[in-house]
Amino acid sequence: MYVAVKGGERAIDAAHDWLAEERRGDLSVPELSIAQIREQMALAVNRVMAEGSLYDPDLAALAIKQARGDLIEAVFLIRAYRTTLPRVGASRPVETAAMAVDRRVSATFKDLPGGQVLGPTFDYTHRLLDFSLMAEGEAPSSSIHEERTGGAPEPVPHVTGLLDRDGLIEQALPDDTPPRDLTREPLELPASRALRLQALARADEGFTLSLAYSTQRGYGRTHAFVGELRIGRVAVEIDLPELGFAVEIGEIELTECETVNQFKGSKTEPPQFTRGYGLVMGQSERKAISMSLVDRALRWQELGEDFIGAPAQDEEFVLSHCDNIQATGFLEHIKLPHYVDFQAELELVRRLRREAMAAQEAAQ
Amino acid sequence: MSHQTEPNLRRDWMSVLAKAPPARLAALMPDLPAHDDLRAPEIGAVMVQGRTGGTGAPFNLGEMTVTRCSVRLADGTVGHACVQGRDKGHARRAALADAMMQTAGGAALEAAVLAALRAEEATRRAARAAKAAGTRVEFFTMVRGEDQ
Repeated sequence: MYVAVKGGERAIDAAHDWLAEERRGDLSVPELSIAQIREQMALAVNRVMAEGSLYDPDLAALAIKQARGDLIEAVFLIRAYRTTLPRVGASRPVETAAMAVDRRVSATFKDLPGGQVLGPTFDYTHRLLDFSLMAEGEAPSSSIHEERTGGAPEPVPHVTGLLDRDGLIEQALPDDTPPRDLTREPLELPASRALRLQALARADEGFTLSLAYSTQRGYGRTHAFVGELRIGRVAVEIDLPELGFAVEIGEIELTECETVNQFKGSKTEPPQFTRGYGLVMGQSERKAISMSLVDRALRWQELGEDFIGAPAQDEEFVLSHCDNIQATGFLEHIKLPHYVDFQAELELVRRLRREAMAAQEAAQ
Repeated sequence: MSHQTEPNLRRDWMSVLAKAPPARLAALMPDLPAHDDLRAPEIGAVMVQGRTGGTGAPFNLGEMTVTRCSVRLADGTVGHACVQGRDKGHARRAALADAMMQTAGGAALEAAVLAALRAEEATRRAARAAKAAGTRVEFFTMVRGEDQ
């Protein structure tokens, strides 16, 4: 039960002033600019955009600065801001097949149209601290290898399309049912796959990672291969009612993961691979892979698999606990004044003790 | 008076204007013609949709910030813009350029502004694609001992 408390204004003001001072830190160290955070902490910015569910690198950088680097607090600031924005409309679904790829790898095919492109990856680094980054003001030493090709870029088709040609994988057939939006209406279970994907796209990275890992360890195993992982930029198109046609309004960076999973067959269908899907704002490949594993695990019913009670199979469990703002809101509220609640419990415990002692005395 | 414009041409220039870096557009269009605001620049959000499996049913991925603006030139030509981000100057310039591109002055604007934006965008894309191409890899599978 919440009961209003009064008082403490001066202490609260003083706490916030001190917070501002601590945020700034040692005044002899130069202050971070928003542009510095945006450019040099880009993956933190990406995470705040993905989980804040609002693509705006400058605002995500501002939120990180204001939150002193607490990314969940930063996500909270972005979620609060987005509620103040009028909704202009929905975009056309983005065409990830037309992505200008920075990175595109497949763990299932080594030779594929468009090639394997590593991009700016941490993979194959030795995970040793690079002390040269501590020597301030030095530009990166090595020169970047570039390969210029004339003409239009080579198309980079989806890997699952290659399997689809031979009927070896389930199809993802085009469909134009407008998806429901969990920012506009309360989540109802069972949820459609579209609603689950929306929830997972903005879900906490750590939670999604752990659930995905649990499926790999046997709690709802789906035997996933990364059919394809791609990172790059796609155009966003919106229909402008004033014009009667769609126009591109900008470009966003996305990470897409398609997993190729254990196959199944039935009396009517020959065995074929199944699929999981992950799509995340920014460069967030750990999250995209995790999302596609969890998406696939949640499809057990649709694919006629057994429910073995694994957390990653349990739609209610996953969807009710994947949002870090809901989670932290409920978790952290228990530190706020609960004096009346607790007073009632205290009274109850005292009464029970009195009764128990009286019963004991009577028995003796 | 506005000319009848091919929707495809208009789509194309609106896209170039929306994707232009705001500071660059401001540098290329320092002086703005006289105009009325039909809709003063307004910040909002667009819900970006993806497709399940890349090709299937749409789902809501998350929002992006946009700024939209509509203007009317002195000759009555109307221009619209909806551009990514929260830069009101960007939206106003894009709407003005959209209107001006529909008038007889369109060719001059194309030469002075749009052509430069197109070329710079192509350069940016090519530079990024060249870096990506530099990280293209050929994987070879090794013959394993037990297979020999």
